[in-house]
Amino acid sequence: MNLLRAESLSKEFGGLRAVDSVSFEVSHGKVTSIIGPNGAGKTTLLNLLTGIYAPSGGRILLDDVDLAGRAPHQFAEAGVARTFQNLQVFFNMSALENVMVGRYRRERCSLATALLRTPALARAERACREEAAELMRFVGLADWLDARSEAMPYGALKRLEIARALATEPRLLLLDEPAAGLNPAEMRGIAELIGGLCAHGRTVMLVEHNMRLVMGISDHVLVLDYGRKLAEGPADAVRHDPRVIEAYLGAAARVH
Amino acid sequence: MISWLASPRRGGLLALLAVIAALPLALPNNYFYEVAILVGLNAIVCVGLNLLIGYAGQISLGHAGFFGLGAYGSAILSTRFNWPPLVSIAAATLGVAAIAYLIGRPILRLKGHYLAMATLGMGVIVSIVAATEDRWTGGPDGMPVTPLSILGATISGEGTWYWVVGALLLAAVWLSLNLVESPTGRALRALSASEVAAEVSGIDSARQKVLIFVISAVFAAVAGSLTAHYSSFITPSKLSFFHSIEFVTMVVFGGMASTYGAVVGAAVLTTLPQLLTVFRDYEMVVFGAVMVGTMIFMPKGLVPSLGELAARRDLR
Repeated sequence: MNLLRAESLSKEFGGLRAVDSVSFEVSHGKVTSIIGPNGAGKTTLLNLLTGIYAPSGGRILLDDVDLAGRAPHQFAEAGVARTFQNLQVFFNMSALENVMVGRYRRERCSLATALLRTPALARAERACREEAAELMRFVGLADWLDARSEAMPYGALKRLEIARALATEPRLLLLDEPAAGLNPAEMRGIAELIGGLCAHGRTVMLVEHNMRLVMGISDHVLVLDYGRKLAEGPADAVRHDPRVIEAYLGAAARVH
Repeated sequence: MISWLASPRRGGLLALLAVIAALPLALPNNYFYEVAILVGLNAIVCVGLNLLIGYAGQISLGHAGFFGLGAYGSAILSTRFNWPPLVSIAAATLGVAAIAYLIGRPILRLKGHYLAMATLGMGVIVSIVAATEDRWTGGPDGMPVTPLSILGATISGEGTWYWVVGALLLAAVWLSLNLVESPTGRALRALSASEVAAEVSGIDSARQKVLIFVISAVFAAVAGSLTAHYSSFITPSKLSFFHSIEFVTMVVFGGMASTYGAVVGAAVLTTLPQLLTVFRDYEMVVFGAVMVGTMIFMPKGLVPSLGELAARRDLR
């Protein structure tokens, strides 16, 4: 059962084909990873899958609905959420409020109710606060419930972004280098968290450089090189694929 | 009880209510009432403008234009067409909302500070029209305006106007605080911190910006039309470009993203030139210096800086 199907997805910047006719599928409740050397087009692909870039060609089907060309907030509406490689935390808000922003679509409040702060809104806000706190506990931020976001360490902010993404109740969660900049202990924590997400039936897609993390948690791996799909398959098969080894280590590595 | 009062929404509103209620005891004559009313009207504009600048991170250099459109709209409808003043105010405000929407909708889809340029242009056009269309506006000499009357009772005299403006300022602050604490307010703060993260969290940033731009224009229009009826005379000087800059300076000086900061900024920078008449000729220089000084020495503005100072002392 496929949640997401990308069909010959392309993105050109001027003459450069950053993503070149890439097709793949993401299965329900599985972890799919995108790997590839620097500049392979991984982050561009993620930006296409969240509407930040409009594709130059191809289709993005989420449960058979084509989302290509829609705005990022419409992708969010359709059930796609993401985190960022370079943190995009709302530093002008508390940690809890950051997560509450993710509930925006679910809360649905009209301008009049916002201006007058009706009792119904006050109740909804209390519920939203509780849900956000619950998500923070789920991602392991129970100690930071009252923290200002700017006072939090890097590793905690990475988790905060995951909590905010989860708050949108996504069907597909995209993680852009969730382990970048983390120490080995923190990385194991993130791996456990991603494993926990799948146990809860979430579908996760990640871009990651850390091979140990990728090979440890991925059900399916997609390898990009120069914007093209180089290989695809279960983690073990991809690891031994000669084309993949060549892309990472150079042609000479294959001889030995 | 203490924590109920400590929330900025309740405690701050009560403090503001206390100040407004107690201030007449300290106002020796009509002239001071006049200054206080002016402070209140400017504060209403600044509370609205702060929603746009402080929370949504967008700059308007034409709020005096909205202020003036509200003033002239209401003045012309009530004086030339004999509409009841309250209806004129409502119609002028709706008209301003429509104009703000028409300006904001195409402009706010673009990234960057195009809104500042568009509003600057709008403000200049409005002030030229007000100065040249003398058949309607009386031209540079201005026009008289019928006094405000509610249900047949005419509102006149500084004493009465003081309470009307005071009540409206409280209402404006209350609405602003509510909005900021709502999902919409969080959406605005989010998109001013990281637009891309706000978007992928499901926030339609262009729509939110237009919404808040229209709301801030409405605040300015209401204050503008009240000013016209209060002073019973209006001239184009009220909608000059410099007046727009004054509003922005008040918000920046008082503290961006602080509703009470906007009120304090309006209070300080409206009162100063009135009390220090020596500065009359140097008003523009003084405002420029205040703006530059704020940027260098307390970029967060007066009220947030004082708040931080107090928090640090508490920790010690």
